Amino acid sequence: MTLLLAFRNLSHDRIRLAVTLVGILFSIVLVAVQLGLYLGARNLIISMIDRSDGDLWIMAYGTKNFEEAQSISARERFAALSTPGVVKATPLIASFTEWRKPTGGSTIVVLIGADHEDGGLSPWNIVEGDVSGLGARDAVIVEKSYLPDLGLTGVGDTAQVGASRVRVTGLTEGIRSFTVTPYVFTTLNRARTLLDLPADKMTYVLVKLEPGADALAVRNEIRKSVPDSDVLTKAEFRTRSLNHWLFATGAGVALIGGAILGLIVGTVIVAQTLYSSTKDHLNEFATLRALGSSSGYIHRVILAQAALSAVLGYALGMTIAMAIVYFSERTALPIVMTPALAVLLLGLTLGMCAISAISAIGKVMRIDPAMVFNR
Amino acid sequence: MTADANLALAHEPGIEPDRAAKVVLEAHDIVKELGHGARKVRALKGVSLTLRAGEMTLLMGPSGSGKTTLLSILGCILTQTSGTLAVAGRATAGLTPEQLAELRRRYIGFIFQSYNLFPTLSAEQNVRIALDLRGERGSEATVRAQRALQQVGLRHRMKSFPANLSGGEQQRVAVARALVGAPSVLLADEPTAALDSENGVAVMQLLAEIAKDTSRAVLAVTHDPRTVPFATRVLRIEDGLIVGEERRAEGVETVHQLARNRKRKANA
Repeated sequence: MTLLLAFRNLSHDRIRLAVTLVGILFSIVLVAVQLGLYLGARNLIISMIDRSDGDLWIMAYGTKNFEEAQSISARERFAALSTPGVVKATPLIASFTEWRKPTGGSTIVVLIGADHEDGGLSPWNIVEGDVSGLGARDAVIVEKSYLPDLGLTGVGDTAQVGASRVRVTGLTEGIRSFTVTPYVFTTLNRARTLLDLPADKMTYVLVKLEPGADALAVRNEIRKSVPDSDVLTKAEFRTRSLNHWLFATGAGVALIGGAILGLIVGTVIVAQTLYSSTKDHLNEFATLRALGSSSGYIHRVILAQAALSAVLGYALGMTIAMAIVYFSERTALPIVMTPALAVLLLGLTLGMCAISAISAIGKVMRIDPAMVFNR
Repeated sequence: MTADANLALAHEPGIEPDRAAKVVLEAHDIVKELGHGARKVRALKGVSLTLRAGEMTLLMGPSGSGKTTLLSILGCILTQTSGTLAVAGRATAGLTPEQLAELRRRYIGFIFQSYNLFPTLSAEQNVRIALDLRGERGSEATVRAQRALQQVGLRHRMKSFPANLSGGEQQRVAVARALVGAPSVLLADEPTAALDSENGVAVMQLLAEIAKDTSRAVLAVTHDPRTVPFATRVLRIEDGLIVGEERRAEGVETVHQLARNRKRKANA
């Protein structure tokens, strides 16, 4: 009966119910978009690290993220190779550089140089061409969605990096960067040439460990050999990159702040409508009190009203949020919706509505049941 | 027969109460003060009364005499400033609001002047909610609610919503709701005030029959003289004190006679 009474109380005033649902809907959409953007940004920031085949990363001391790193020497690589537990140490280059468009003008790209055969970091989601095509003269693979930014139309187009010509031999789909700077993949040696780096220089050394090796112990051992460089586990480098882009720059704080704001706005709207609905049904709650209802029974009715509003609002809000997610897929910063985020949003909505019910419960608990005799 | 004639029937002194009947509610020296400081008012100044099973008692008095305050205290909705109250043998002194609520849902049925039905629930659901409050749910509760509606002659309207019921029907649903939990005492606040003459008589007849046939105590607060013929006892309250008690022999027999007379008059 509590659920029935709650449902009837809600559906009794359809305009108010609509206002409540719109409030929840906006709140859900706002929170879903903000948290989805956060997740999307997170995925972009760590995609290169996650896709790499390194258990440990050796990099210049103080490196804050994947794209912004100074070069290190081959000494670091050899130090890693001589450490027990290490299977291989693969050099990797990642650096900002200037891309001169064939159509004129230039833009900044992140050039990634790695040898596919070494298995360190290769382009993925290749939709045109093949990774082996990088073996061809001047070959690079670029992201399809960045073609207009790079002044290109497709495979076979040429451009200039530094003083050298490059030719597009393949296209990827979905490899976007958080900084909106296009990634350009090529081989290790070609990257050195394009960036004018000496043959013994690299940006990272990706260290692959023996199966069962203690990553932290090996990391500490390598650190002793290369005290002037940073040696991080994959998870540590991921955290460091996220901390830099999301928290040091304030971008993540803004996204999380937006989500919190959405929750606050939703809570206020639901609280207001729930309170006014309860006020309208005050005589009925007073009758329940007079008939001997326990406090728990009345709490259940109001909480059921809040929960029903939450579930309905959530269903509507998620429908719109999923549409936004769909349309954002091909943008520079795709919004991500995961099952875990969907469950979290449901929990947040229920929590938001439960908190909203507090004022309504307080109002009902202050009713004098004797008012039933004064009507 | 007119309302005045009905009233005249009530004044038959010397009828002794049935001392063997079970006492279901006992109030002793109830005092109730309302307001604070200079605005403090003594609404009840020491009321004592006993309600016995099978009795239909009317509490009559002018506006402001303390009828509703007394009803609220007897119904454990308000607590007295002093004095003692026992419902179904349980003293109310020192009980918490939750314990008083439990006492209400276990032993007391309420009938209100404005019916106080839930407009969004059907007649059957309105009755069933009284059982739901007691934790009685499922098909058995539905059957009991339907039986209570049958008892008040409204089983055929059980799916109807209050807005589609007449005032008399709504009050009968309220009676069914009060009755369904098998309370020891029914407390009615001006049960006929919002009803026309015919429906008022029907509801009073129903209450009188409930008192007699189901061995419950019924106390109705009223200032409607048409209700007097249905009572076995009339208490008069003035200025916060019981000032008179009249007992009637005819009780429900008179009620039936009145109903027959009314029908005959209508047919004529």
